[in-house]
Amino acid sequence: MDLLRFITAGSVDDGKSTLIGRLLYDTKNILADQMEAIERASKTRNAGEIDLALLTDGLRSEREQGITIDVAYKYFQTPNRKFISIDAPGHIQYTRNMVTGASNADLAIILVDARHGVVEQTRRHSLIASMLGIPHVIMAINKMDLVGNSEDRFLEIAKNYTELAEKLNIKDLTIIPVSALNGDNIVDKSESMSWYTGETLLSVLETVNVLKDQNQEDGRFAVQYVIRPQTEELHDYRGYAGRVQSGTFKKGDLVKILPSEQESKIAKIEFGGNEIEEASVLQSVTILLEDDIDISRGDSIVSLNNSPIVSQDIEALVCWMDDRKTLKPGSKYVLQHGTARSRCSVRDIEYQIDINSYEKLDEVESLKLNDVARIILRTANPIAYDPYQKNRANGAAILIDETSNVTVGACMIE
Amino acid sequence: MSISVKEASGITTDRSTPDYLDQLEAEAIYIMREVAGQFERPALLFSGGKDSITLVHLAQKAFAPGKIPFPLVHVDTGHNFIEAIEYRDELAEKIGAKLVVRYVEDTIKAKGLKEQTGKNASRNWLQTFTLLDTIEEFEFDACIGGARRDEEKARAKERIFSFRDEFGQWDPKRQRPELWNLFNGRIQKGENVRVFPISNWTELDVWAYLKREGIALPSIYFAHERELILRDGKLLNNTPVIAPDPEDQIVRRQVRFRTVGDMTCTAAVESHAATLDEVIAEIAISRISERGETRIDDQQTEAAMEDRKKGGYF
Ligand SMILES: Nc1nc2c(ncn2[C@@H]2O[C@H](COP(=O)(O)OP(=O)(O)O)[C@@H](O)[C@H]2O)c(=O)[nH]1
Ligand SMILES: [Mg+2]
Repeated sequence: MDLLRFITAGSVDDGKSTLIGRLLYDTKNILADQMEAIERASKTRNAGEIDLALLTDGLRSEREQGITIDVAYKYFQTPNRKFISIDAPGHIQYTRNMVTGASNADLAIILVDARHGVVEQTRRHSLIASMLGIPHVIMAINKMDLVGNSEDRFLEIAKNYTELAEKLNIKDLTIIPVSALNGDNIVDKSESMSWYTGETLLSVLETVNVLKDQNQEDGRFAVQYVIRPQTEELHDYRGYAGRVQSGTFKKGDLVKILPSEQESKIAKIEFGGNEIEEASVLQSVTILLEDDIDISRGDSIVSLNNSPIVSQDIEALVCWMDDRKTLKPGSKYVLQHGTARSRCSVRDIEYQIDINSYEKLDEVESLKLNDVARIILRTANPIAYDPYQKNRANGAAILIDETSNVTVGACMIE
Repeated sequence: MSISVKEASGITTDRSTPDYLDQLEAEAIYIMREVAGQFERPALLFSGGKDSITLVHLAQKAFAPGKIPFPLVHVDTGHNFIEAIEYRDELAEKIGAKLVVRYVEDTIKAKGLKEQTGKNASRNWLQTFTLLDTIEEFEFDACIGGARRDEEKARAKERIFSFRDEFGQWDPKRQRPELWNLFNGRIQKGENVRVFPISNWTELDVWAYLKREGIALPSIYFAHERELILRDGKLLNNTPVIAPDPEDQIVRRQVRFRTVGDMTCTAAVESHAATLDEVIAEIAISRISERGETRIDDQQTEAAMEDRKKGGYF
């Protein structure tokens, strides 16, 4: 059985938390004591019915204010799949938490309230989902019960959203009319919307193919740690510990070490101290090479005949996440890419992307919290990267503030 | 290998070894190696419970054929199960790991701390002092722990690299963004990161993994007969560290423990499950969560865990 990570996104009160609660409830993944606890909490907060959103709103201030501040992870399974669900906050001020949740997602469910249709946050979250290269998007048109389950209203919003999605890089889009509150088209088909003949939300979640989303071609391996036991019997052992970011590696493969450009051959691949035949995407293994060369954390081992770009000049889309300082040309940061870190400075802000129209805004002087822009960076050391849209694992990087050490930017290298 | 798991819906399915366990394992090993690569003085918090036993196993796999490049650290409340303590010592010895044990009892004496008294008194809160002192003593910059997000609603919100300020405090409203698998472990001196490699595992995943890997567990995880205190519908180990209450009843029952924390706040469940398979089957159909069934400490207020974490608790 495999694993699917998905995030719920959309504006405040569109029903994201309720939707996750509903999925858990209808798949019988809420345990008796958890149910009692939310029933109790629902009563004290004078909502008549049980409030399924309380299942994910776990912080005191979230419960007090009835909003989601940070992402919550919930786990459930059906006979067909395991799920990691990520409930994101809808408020603009917490967008960076939404980006945190979305960065690893295989699928995004973007909700709208059927009464309001596409709003600014729908556009913002769709843009982020597209920039982050989330391979599958479900547009869930929620609260259909509040628009009389109208097919016309559904078609109208679906048309608006399809137009929006065409401007973005959304590869696989499914649009579903739902009521998270009543459970329509979530796990069970809606009786009040018999005009809808498509799949339910759960059936899409269960069947979407995530295996083919992985990059199986480009052999990339970032060295995390060098294992050198230095005991008598393992005196000369030097194993490079890391995770295969993309592609596969086999014994005998010719490889190149970056950024040093030295070449070698894979002598052996180990997992947990035992030799294995090959290592594929996302496996954490240890690689041993035939030649005794100097390799340390931050270096990459890549297929010899298929190299990433090695450069100190990087262009990237960035989501700016610092609420205390702005990003300006000339600012310096630490860039973390794979296991490598390098100081870098911002050469230029090429353009900012308008969240509503997706138009490019020129002559932008600085970026503030939640702005999205294309920037040019110069790094102190060369970075071995692939374009993000081709290789999510080797095209992602973060910017770290040198003094506060906080993560302030999410970069998708172009 | 094939395990038979009863689904929540009641249908029993046979499946071959699910690859989600491989994914979770690979992620946890990746996180362990990030800790070894990014920090100078990490530690692995080890209690002899099933989650930290899983961590030690993952750490061994991550650094094989080398040894685990950091010490195992246990904050001993003095209220632990003897079986867990014995297991702890034997395992550390067997794998040649360095084991550091610090005692809450010593902190209480040195700092003149006041212990809770009366019914359901526990040292749960006091552990935090000992933990923070230990971090200071060894200048640990990262502490790896076995917490899982499915355990509790505040944990469900926590990052994998969870930043703590110089007072050990967690600020849920200012967590660092955590993007992709790019963990940011940069800190100032005195600050600390708590790292949770099995954040994304569920209780059932841990059990399935223990079985798949053939990992031995302390005997209290399996059904055995023992003398217990029946209190407010929960079964607690009959031990002098639990202050007696006039309403208590002493009973003998066939039980196992689903979690192994302090004896004062960990309840047993009645069970005949004597093997891992039987335990897994029971848990898979259980309609009560792990903490709900066995933990006394979380049930005091709705935000008990969040409050403890803000104060520096694990
Ligand atoms: N009528 C109706 N109300 C809904 C539906 N889904 C959610 N709600 C209500 O909308 C409000 C906001 O829901 P919540 O899940 O907290 O929204 P979030 O901010 O997107 O997480 C709550 O009062 C829900 O009960 C729906 O399908 N129909
Ligand atoms: Mg919400």
